[in-house]
Amino acid sequence: MRITERQPVRPLMDPEAVEGRMKARKAADRLFRMLFLTSTLLVLMVLGVLFYRILSQGLGNLTPAFFENFASRMPEKAGIRAALTGSLWLMAVVAPVSMILGVGTAVYLEEYAKKNRLNDWVRMNISNLAGVPSVVFGLLGLTVFARALALGNSILAAGLTMSLLILPVIIVASQEAIRAVPRDLREASFGMGATKWQTIVRVVLPGAVPGILTGSILALSRAIGETAPLIVLGVPVIIQFLPAGVLDTFTALPMQIYDWAKRPQAAFQEVASAGIIVLLILLLAMNSAAVLIRNKFRNRY
Amino acid sequence: MGKQATGERSSVQQMIAKSAGNKRKRAAERAVPAVLFLIAAVSVLTTAGIVATLVAETLTFFTKVPFRSFIFGTEWLPFSNKDPQFGILPLVAGTLKVTLIAVITAVPVGLSAAVYLSEYASDGARRIIKPVLEVLAGIPTIVYGFFALTFVTPLLQSVIPGLKVFNALSPGIVVGIMIIPMIASLSEDAMSAVPNPVREGALAMGSTRFEVAVKVVLPAALSGILASVVLAASRAIGETMIVSLAGGSTPNLDAGFTGSIQTMTAYIVQVATGDAGYGTPVYYSIYAVGSTLFLFTLLMNWAAHRIAKRFREAY
Repeated sequence: MRITERQPVRPLMDPEAVEGRMKARKAADRLFRMLFLTSTLLVLMVLGVLFYRILSQGLGNLTPAFFENFASRMPEKAGIRAALTGSLWLMAVVAPVSMILGVGTAVYLEEYAKKNRLNDWVRMNISNLAGVPSVVFGLLGLTVFARALALGNSILAAGLTMSLLILPVIIVASQEAIRAVPRDLREASFGMGATKWQTIVRVVLPGAVPGILTGSILALSRAIGETAPLIVLGVPVIIQFLPAGVLDTFTALPMQIYDWAKRPQAAFQEVASAGIIVLLILLLAMNSAAVLIRNKFRNRY
Repeated sequence: MGKQATGERSSVQQMIAKSAGNKRKRAAERAVPAVLFLIAAVSVLTTAGIVATLVAETLTFFTKVPFRSFIFGTEWLPFSNKDPQFGILPLVAGTLKVTLIAVITAVPVGLSAAVYLSEYASDGARRIIKPVLEVLAGIPTIVYGFFALTFVTPLLQSVIPGLKVFNALSPGIVVGIMIIPMIASLSEDAMSAVPNPVREGALAMGSTRFEVAVKVVLPAALSGILASVVLAASRAIGETMIVSLAGGSTPNLDAGFTGSIQTMTAYIVQVATGDAGYGTPVYYSIYAVGSTLFLFTLLMNWAAHRIAKRFREAY
C-alpha cells in the first residue's frame, strides 16, 4: 500500500491575483474620486466666471447717477431709479400678502386639518402648484388680476401674481417650522387651560417664527428676481416717474435688466451688468438676513 | 384672562367657569378654523384659476384655429398677415431641444456632485460646496439669460464656427447649469437616505468607496435620483428668461442645435412684449401654448412623484 502523496493545501484565494486586482480597483477609486471632485469644482468655477463677468462689465457703471436716473435711450444716462423703487413697492405688496396666506395655510394644515381626503387634496395641490412654470402664473395674473379685476399692469396686479407664485414655498417652509415645535409645549399650554388658538398664537407661532421668516425671506428673494410673470402682465420698462400707490404702473429691476440685455449695443450690456449687480446685492442682503436668523435661533428646543 | 384674574382673588374653578362663559372667545375659537380654511383654499383656488383660465381661453382659441392643425401642424407662423399658421410642433421641438441639452449637461455634473457630497466629501468640503449650490440655485434666471447671451454664446461661437447668435446650444447649456443644484441636492438627499450600515457592510466586504457608491448606494437611491432628473427636466421645460434672451424667436422643426429656435415659453414672452390686440388669434394662442406647457410640466411632476413613490427602497 502506497501512501499517496499529500496534495499541497490550495489557498482559498490567490494573493497575487487579489493584490493585482486590488491595485486596479484602488486606482479606479482614486480616479473617480478625482472625477467627482472635478465636476463639483466645475460648478464652483462656473459661478466664479459668472460673477467675474458681471462685476468686470458692470462695476464701472455703478455710479450715484445710475441710481438717480430713470431709464433712457442713451446708455450713459440710463439708470435704475424707477426700477429699484418699483421692485421695493412690489415687495411691499408681496411680503404681507404671501406671508398671511402662506402662514395661515400652514397653520391650518398643521394644527387644524384632519386627515381626510379634502385636506389630502389641498396638500397635493400645493405640491403641484410649486411645479407650475412662472410664465403660467403670469397668464393667470393677466386674465384674473389685470383683466377681470381691471388692475391692469399695476403694482397690485403684479404683487398678487407674485404672491401666488411664491405661496407654495412659504407654505412648505412654515409647515416645517410649525412641525418643529415640540408637542410637549402644546400639551403644556393646553394643560394650563389655554385654548387651541391661544396655544397657536402664544406658543406655536413664536417658536416657529425663525423658520417661517427664513423661508419667507428666501421665497421673497425668488420673487424679486422673477421676470417672466411681469412680462406676461405687460409691465412696461421705459418709465419716467415713480409710483405713488399700489394702483400705479411701475417697472421692476429684472424687467429693466431684460430690456437692456436685449439691446445689441455693447454699452447697454454694461448697464445691464450694473443692474444685475444691484439685483444680486439685494438678493445677497436678503439671503444673509435669512442665514443670520437661521443661525441665531438654531436649536432652540 | 390672566389680567382679569389678578385683580380679584378667585378660585381656579371660578376662573374656569368665567373663561368657559366667555362667549366672544368661544366664537373666536370656532371661527378660526373656518377662516384658516378659507386662507388655505386660496392655493386650491389658484390651481382652479390657472386651469379655468387656460381651458377657457384655449377653447376660445380653438374656435378660431382648428384643434387638429394646432396639435399636428408643422408650421408656427402666427404673425403672418396672409395665412397665419398655428402648428405647435416647432415650439415643442424648440423646447425639447433645450431641455435635452440641459439634461445632458446637468445630469453628469449634478450626479457627480451628489456622489461626491454624499460619499466622499468631508464636513469641511460639504460646508463650502452646499452653499455654493444654494447660491447657484438662487440666481435669478434673467441673470443666467444674460450670461448665456453675452458669455456662453460668444465662447461657443469661437469653438463651433457655424453657431448663430441665437441658438439652442447656449441656452440649453445654461439651463443645464441652472438645474444642476436641483439634481445635486435632490439626488444627494436620496443617497443620504441609504442607511450607513448598508455602506459599512459593503466596505467590510472589501469594497472601495467607489464600488460602494456605484454598486450599493446608486441602485438603492435610483428612484430618488430618477425623480430628481425628471423634476429638473420639468423645470427646464418651463424656464423662460434664458431661452427668451439666448434662444431666439424662430420656431422651426429641424434637428439642428446651432440655429435660432423658439420655445413655448419664449413665444409667450414674445407676444406679451409685442402688441397683439386683445381678442386676436395671436392673443388667444398664448393660452393654448400655455396650456400645452402646463400639461407637459404637470405630467412630468406627476411622473417624478410616481417614480419616487413606486420604486422607493424600504429599509
